[in-house]
This record gives sequence, structure tokens and C-alpha cells, in this order.
Amino acid sequence: MGTSFGRGGATTFQQDLQNSDCILIMGSNMAENHPVGFQWVMEARERGATVVHVDPRFTRTSAVATMHVPIRPGTDIAFLGGVIHYILEHDRAFTEYVVNYTNAPVILREEFRDTEDLDGFFSGWQEERNGYVFHSWMYEGMDLHGASGQRESEEGLEKQESRKSDTMDKLRHGEPPAMDKTLQHPRCVYQVLKRHYERYTPEMVARICGITPGQVIDVAEALCANSGRERTSAIAYSVAWTQHTFGVQMIRAAAIAQLLLGNIGRPGGGILALRGHASIQGSTDIPTLFDLLPGYIPMPHAKAHSNLAHFVDSEGAKTGFWGNLDKYMVSLLKAWFGESAKGENEYLFDLLPRISGDHSTYRSTMAMVDGKVKGFFICGENPAVGSANSGLHRRALANLEWLVVRDFSENESAAFWYDSPEVQSGELQPELIGTEVFWMPAAAHTEKDGSFTNTQRLLQWHHKALEPQDEARSELWFYYHLGKRIREKLNEREEPNADLIRALTWNYPEKGPLHEPDAHAVLREINGWDAKGRALASYTELKADGSTACGCWIYCGCFKDEKNQTANRTPGREQSWVAPEWGWAWPANRRLLYNRASADPCGKPWSERKQYLWWDEEKGQWTGYDTPDFEKTKRPDYIPPDGAQREEALAGWHPFIMQDDGLGWLFTPNGVVDGPLPTYFEPQESPVANLLYGQQSNPCRQQFPRAFNEYNPSPSAAYGDLFPFVLYTYRLTEHHTAGGMSRTVAHLSELQPEFFCEVTPELAELRGLKHGEWATIFTVRAVIEARVMVTKRAPVLNVDGGAVHSVGLPYHWGSKGIVTGDSANDLLHIALDPNVHIQETKGLTCDIRPGRRPRGPAMDRFLRELRERAIQAKAKK
Amino acid sequence: MTLTIDLTTATSARAQSATYLGERRDRRGFFTDTTLCIGCKACEVACKEWNELPQDGYTFTGMSYDNTGELSGSTWRHVAFVEQFDDSRSRWLMESDVCKHCTHAGCLDVCPTGAIVRTEFGTVVIQDDVCNGCGYCVVACPFGVISERVDAKPEEHRTHGRGTMGKCTLCYDRLKTGEEPACAKACPTESIQYGNVDELRERAQLRLERVRESFDGAQLYLENENDGIGGGGSIFLLLDRPEVYGLPPHPVVPTKHLPQMWRAAGVAAAALAGAVALASLRL
Repeated sequence: MGTSFGRGGATTFQQDLQNSDCILIMGSNMAENHPVGFQWVMEARERGATVVHVDPRFTRTSAVATMHVPIRPGTDIAFLGGVIHYILEHDRAFTEYVVNYTNAPVILREEFRDTEDLDGFFSGWQEERNGYVFHSWMYEGMDLHGASGQRESEEGLEKQESRKSDTMDKLRHGEPPAMDKTLQHPRCVYQVLKRHYERYTPEMVARICGITPGQVIDVAEALCANSGRERTSAIAYSVAWTQHTFGVQMIRAAAIAQLLLGNIGRPGGGILALRGHASIQGSTDIPTLFDLLPGYIPMPHAKAHSNLAHFVDSEGAKTGFWGNLDKYMVSLLKAWFGESAKGENEYLFDLLPRISGDHSTYRSTMAMVDGKVKGFFICGENPAVGSANSGLHRRALANLEWLVVRDFSENESAAFWYDSPEVQSGELQPELIGTEVFWMPAAAHTEKDGSFTNTQRLLQWHHKALEPQDEARSELWFYYHLGKRIREKLNEREEPNADLIRALTWNYPEKGPLHEPDAHAVLREINGWDAKGRALASYTELKADGSTACGCWIYCGCFKDEKNQTANRTPGREQSWVAPEWGWAWPANRRLLYNRASADPCGKPWSERKQYLWWDEEKGQWTGYDTPDFEKTKRPDYIPPDGAQREEALAGWHPFIMQDDGLGWLFTPNGVVDGPLPTYFEPQESPVANLLYGQQSNPCRQQFPRAFNEYNPSPSAAYGDLFPFVLYTYRLTEHHTAGGMSRTVAHLSELQPEFFCEVTPELAELRGLKHGEWATIFTVRAVIEARVMVTKRAPVLNVDGGAVHSVGLPYHWGSKGIVTGDSANDLLHIALDPNVHIQETKGLTCDIRPGRRPRGPAMDRFLRELRERAIQAKAKK
Repeated sequence: MTLTIDLTTATSARAQSATYLGERRDRRGFFTDTTLCIGCKACEVACKEWNELPQDGYTFTGMSYDNTGELSGSTWRHVAFVEQFDDSRSRWLMESDVCKHCTHAGCLDVCPTGAIVRTEFGTVVIQDDVCNGCGYCVVACPFGVISERVDAKPEEHRTHGRGTMGKCTLCYDRLKTGEEPACAKACPTESIQYGNVDELRERAQLRLERVRESFDGAQLYLENENDGIGGGGSIFLLLDRPEVYGLPPHPVVPTKHLPQMWRAAGVAAAALAGAVALASLRL
């Protein structure tokens, strides 16, 4: 999303789904996992919209959808490629939108080569580093900066260097230098796209996905028929798209389809990224990610960023709103370091920690296993159940010196040292584990003030209803007082590397008997203030001269007029359907992003039915139902003067204001490490070979071949069907992720009391599984047991002429809580998307047999034999 | 035959005053539109939370996603899941079931203690503190809504060791303060709608006409005042026949034939008395 449109957030809001004429839900089981937001899908359906659910299983979402298409897990890019193919083959794109608002007319460099030319690789592949260099992906005559994307890699660094050294052509009066608005030039993005997806025909897609060509055409036609001037379609996805070794590319494929159909920035359109957990959006906005600072500012790199000027120069864009990185960064440093941050000391930029490579969560887990990590905080998470290959995580925890777990109750991650499959099998012995575990009870959201940032970038304040019980404390309390104590300790002795901690402003007012830090004061700091200490109203007020402070530039305005805007709760019936007075959405309370695109290039609504934002010539400003996601008084026919910089360099008809060129990127010249166009690959573990390319899996994926993270031989068809079935995991409405907040609650536990696997009657017949009895499921990494649920809701897929069976597993269970069971995540491997380091949980291989799993040392023996067989199978090949 | 007031002459005077006497009240009830149900079970959980009901056992039933199984003394909302997959169709029906708050309520008719009353909202409510747990209502309900709840009464207050009978109160306490029932409040898709029963019936009829355009088998359930329970205070829009959801297709309140039985018993008694008299005359 960030690379295609400019911001890593949902382009629309859930209430807007009611305006959709067609909703494609894919990579998401929205009714089960977002039941409250799903009311707007139901509303749209009642108004006559077509609701399409493309998903391996027939779920509660499929049950109320107009159409359900069961595809093989992990084949989404093939399916979406088929949709894109259909749009292009039948000239169904919204041409006026595509020509003016996307980079379709842009001409690419001659040296660019597509996967169609290189059998699954783009130009720029470097075998030795398992990755690409991007020069050949840039526009003819212009280099580009990605609005988001990977920056920690060596390639990333090289890219930045190259960009600076080039004599770079700028935008010419707002347009890239080489374009063909007739879309005919053979090297223009539109033609490149057409060639790239030429072989993604309904027939080919049907063979890969295990469906019929008619099903591909039906979905593509539903989207095409419901897009254009008068109609709009929306796409909703969740973590089932992100959790693949090519997850980013799945979302990119959706972005391409939506840009071609002209559905971004318009009511009833957009791509809704449904987040997996409360405030996950918030935790990327003000990140818990290793490579980002607040507001998607990249984390400085140890090698690349020697000083502030260099950082801003290499990470900021010259044009578009990322051209203001200096303002965002200096204001952030002022918020963190206060008075001591001055121009002459570069606002203490030098004190910021640096990254030196990939320090993502799974990489850190490997380092833990290797004994390179001493301590670990786990807060509101339960990797011993919830993370892919949870067995490896438990083994990692056993290698720490200390572990802090903050949760409502003692979860499996806190209890790993005495209650885990490894302890049961005898592999780990409690008395030999050196990890000192501190379980700190956490306060619930009802016991603290604070805000959630939901799936649609909406900040909603929650007020404390009661004091935390006993020793439970809020997260804010914990870290604030921890910080205070660390500072006190540092003051007692000389520490050479303590300047950062000493320099931080760490003085929020404390309230009540527990000395709870004032959450409002924290929010106000995030919002920021001017030189006189007055709350800022918008990020456009930020300055690079040290006169403004702002803890997160995209949240600037959430404390506008000295009022906590996130606590706004005007009921829906007392305001417009957009409901701008309920909570506060980043940026600047804009609900529908890129909404300039809801009007035509001249600033008029595309149609009366779909009007949202338009240019008011009389008043000389943009007006409509929402805050404009555009400079309010920038004319639609504004032509930037030569040499214009920042947002002033963008033309009045370019709606994607965070991008260098103001355009929606069908083709991503920068920002996506595994290719500028989504390309179909098989998952890390697959039953079959890739029908489209000689390259089986994403060549850029991150693999960790090592003990306890072995991979099943793939494709299994080529290895004597050792693990012949497709395995995928999912969630149930009744439980919450790893179960910490649901398996501890009687009223939820009784609704789904036991771990089960969903199999088809055909697979049950094949393997002798009986409904309601036990089954043992195994991969080369682990063996678990589950109750058998034989159901026709599970798919039998006819993949390239052969039946592919699957085992579906909800992953909520563990050994603690009211209801217990084996953890599905024990079976999974760790192989990651190369852009965002997210694991592949939605398409692996496994085997299944009736009865209960081996116990104690027998379990260990079982797995050792299995690994031996896998090694032999690989050797035989 | 329409059941009217004479039915209740067979029951206690208290019950007579508590049930319908023919006057129109602002009767409240539910319209459960199963075409909008997404099976999230928020209604079950909200009901249990508000009414402080216990869990019903942690048993994997294997009946699709339904692990509570049925309505009971401790489960007052229950979502049924019906998987229909064959050559002609692929569908997964979901229906949130609840007490029907019958116009002619068998449970109320047979309650010997007067624990079950007809409230000012036209709903049928069991008073915990009056119920002695005799269980007559359990067999008098044609829908199997009621069962014993052992935990509701402390041991020392139980009669013959029994708990109390439990079922939906339509959140009587919430209604008293102008709130809607917890299940309707929690339902994210307005599958459960609360309101005046007459209005709900009209709404259900309109909705049926729309839904019929796409689903042939759609039908209303318990909307007919002339059925065997005099119509429900809870009405349903179903996508298939009631028995598909485990609902009785033609529910009849068991006390329906009580007046006739009393009449027949009277005739028999008179005949017997006559015979005895005749016999004694002959003697």
C-alpha cells in the first residue's frame, strides 16, 4: 500500500463500504474476524452490492457472500493476475483515471527486463546476495524514492547512493520526463503490465488455483462491471494476504487492479487493510518495528547516515510531501530531546540508535536460539503459541538470561520452562533452563486511559473505568517508571553510552495513587506544539528550524485546539455519514485517502452518484464530505513551475501526494525488493510445481534452514508425496489470536472448547479419519493432535488435473487457560516475506493420520524418523 | 381453534391475571432475521455476561461451529449452525434462537407457584426467587427452551435439592430502564431486532417479500397469531423450513386442549356420578 499509493494504511474506512457496488473480500475472513465492521458489508449487500469471497474455506464470510470462490491457499497472485489480465485484455480499465492518476503512461528504461523474459526474474538479480539492484526499474530519465519500503538492506543502501550520484531529471512541470499518454509506447508501464500478465489467462489461473476458468471470469467481470464513473468496487484483505513469502506482492496485485479500475480515492472504492489485532495500525504508526521511527520515518542506518543533513538528503524525497522529511524529523527530535536539541548539535540526531541490518522479530528469535540475546520483553503477545514455529520460539526463550512477560495471566510464553511439548518430550528440562522469568500482570484497557488506532487509521480514546487490580499496571506506567528507574541507576554511575537516555525528556505528569503517567500529556506530545507551546493543528505547520516539536507527524492535529480530538464522540445520527466528529483519523482527520481522485482531472466529480470531493471555483478551494487529502487551495489545473520542490512540485491533477510524482504506482520502480510487478510463485512448501515459471518460489524470500526449522521437501509431488496435503491456519470468531484473552474467559471458551482440524469427507476417507475423533498432524518440524471436523466447507481442489487436499487449523490453543490443546503454530516453518519479514502461515504442506499423537520420548523419536525420511527423500532426488 | 381466555380458567387465578386478557399492550419482542446473521455468537456472550449465566460445559460437539448445542437454563441465546452442501447448493445457515415469549405460554399456564409471570412488556419471565424448581414448565414448553439451572440458588434455599428453571427474560431489567436487550444491542448486523411486536411483524413481512426475490424457501416463523401458540413474541425469518434449524414446524402449546379435557373430564365425572347414582338407586 505504501509503495503503491504513498501511505501504509487502509485507503478507505469501513463505513464507506456501504457505498460499494462490489466488494471483493480476499485473504480475509471478515465476518468472523471483523464482525463489527462487517455490518457495512451487509449494508452494501442489502443495497444491492455483489459481495465476492475468494478464500480456500467456506467460512461465515462466504455464507453471506453473493459468490464464493475456493482457491488453493497461496495462489492469490495468480488469481489477481487473472483479474488484471482480464481488465487489460478486454480494455476494461478506467482509461481517463489511469492516464492521469497512475504511472501507466510512464516510459521505463531500455535495460528493464521482465519475468516473462527471464523465467521468473526481473533485471537486476544478483544471485550472491539473493536480491535485486533497482537501477533498471526506474523511469526513463528519472530516479524515484519509495514512499515506503525496505531500507535496512545493503541493496537499499546502494540504491540510496546511486540515487544521489545520478544526474537526476526532475519532474517536468509536474510530469515524469518520458510519458506516452496514448499508452502505446512498448516500454510504457501499461504495455509492460500487459505483457507481464499475458499468460495469466483464466485457463492458466484455473489450473493453478484449482477452480474453473468461469470462476475467474465471473469475479473479474463483477469487478469490471462495478467500476468506472458511476460505480465503484472495494477490496478488503487481512493477514491472510500478509502472511506469505510474497505477501507484499499480493497487496500490490490488488493495488494494480484497483488503480486500473479507477477505484482508489473514491467513495465505495479503495483497499481496506483489515488489521489483525486492536491497535496494530497504531503500532506501525508509532512503531514497535525495528526499522521505523514514528510516522514511517526510516530508522537511521549505522553506515549510511552519519549526520542529520545526510539522513534527510538520502531518505527524503525531493518532491511530494516526503520532501518535508527535514520538518518531520527535526520536530520529532525536539519532542524527544526538548531544549537540549538545538540546531548547532543537529537536534541530537547523533544520539538516535542505528540499525545495521535486519533485526526483525524472527531474526532476533534465531539470535536467541544461538545465545546472542540476553533479555527479552514480551508484552501483549504470546510467541509460544502465536508465532510461526512456536516450538523454535520456546527453545529460544530457554536460552535467555531473563524474560519479562506482561499479560493478564501467566500465558504459555511465561510458562514455557515447565509446561511445553519440549518439556513433556524430555528435550528440555526445567532444572537446566537458566532463563529467569518475570511475569508482570498487565492492566486491561478498561483500567487505563489511552487510545486505539484501528484498522482505518482512526484514533479512538478510551477512558479508565476503574483502577487496575492488585499489582496490574498499564503499559504506560510500566515503561515510564522503568525509564525513570533506569535513569536513576545511570545517574549513580558513569555509563559511556547513556547519553541518549539522559537526554530524553521524561517528565509526564503523574496522577493518582499509582503515579500513573498522564496519557493526555503523552498524546499532546505526539500531536506537538509550536515555539510558544501551543498545540499544533496540522503537520503542515511543522518547521525544520527547531521551533516546533511533534512526536509523530502523521498524528499532528489529534490535539488540535488543545482538545483531545480522539475523544470526540458525536453520535452518527447527529452528523454526516462520513462522521468526522467521531474520533480522529490520521492524517489531518482525513477518512478517505487520496480523495482528490474522487474528482476528474478538472476537479469535477466523476459522477453525481460517486461525488465526494470537488473543486469550488468560486471559493477557490476543494470542498466535499471529507477533509481534502490535498492542498486545500491548490487548483486542479496547477502546473508546477520549473525547479519546484516538495509538494509544490506536484501537479494539480496528481492525487497521490506522498509519492515523488504524485501518481499511483502500477509499477513500483522503488520500494519493493522482490520486484516491481507481482509475479506468481509457489509458497515455500507446496504440493505442486510452479506452472508459470521455472523459478518455483519467490527467489528473494528469507529462509532459515537450521535445526528445528527444517523445510518439508517441496514440491511434494516430486518427493514421493512425503507431505502431500496443504496446511493452512486461521482464526475463529470465538477466540482471540493465541488465546490469552479468550481461553481465559469461560463464556468464550465454551463456544470453541477444543482444537480441531477441518478436512473434507474425501480426505477423511483417504486417511481413515473419523468425525469427532482424534487426528495426528505433522510436518518435519512438529507433530500435534486435534479433533477431526469433517466438513464440506473445506475445499477439494482440482489443481492441474489432480486433487489437492487440505488440512485447516485454527491456531488458538495452548497449554494454559480454561480450555487447552496443541498449538497449530508448532507445525509451521519460518520463511519470510523479504520486504516486511512476515511469516508464511497460509500455505504449507503436512500429513495427517487418525488417532492421537505420540507422547513423551516417543514424540521425539517420531520426529527424528520423519526428519530422516525427509533427508532421504531429498537425497534420492 | 383460537385459544382464548377460557384456556386459563384451567390454571391458577394468579396465572389468569398474569396472561393475556384480550387487551392490547405495548408488547415487546424480537425479530430475528437469519438472513443477516453471521454466526458471531455475540448475542450468546452478551446474554451470558449481562444475565450472569454460567458456562454450559467445555464440550466439543462436532455439530458444525455449535458447541453450546441448545437453549437451556444457562444458555438463553443459542446460535444454530446448519451446513447444507450438496450438488444443488452450498450454504451454511445460522440462526440465533431464543425463548419465543408465546402469546399462549405453556410454561406460564402450568407454573404452580406463580413464579412465571406475564410482564407489563407482554413478555414471559421466570422469577428466580419464587421458582421452586418443580420443572412443570420444562415439559410444557413446545420448543424445549427451559431447563434447570442448578447454580442460581444457594443450596439451603433449594426445594428438594432443585435449582431454578431458567430462560430468556428479554432482559427485563434492561427494559425497565429503557435499554434494549443485551443480545440485540450486541448484534453487529441487526440480525436481532428488538421492538414493539406489531411493528416487528410488519417489518418481518416486508423483509420476507424482499428476501423471497432471492430465496424461494424463505419464510416467517411464529408470526401468525392463529398458530398453536397464538404467535410468538419472538418471530423469525428463516431461509428454510423450521425443522432444518431444529425448530418444531407446528408448535402447539400443550395446554391447548386443557379446556376440552376439563370439559371431557366434567362429562365423565357427571356420567360416573350419574352411573353411581343410578346404581345406588337400583340397590
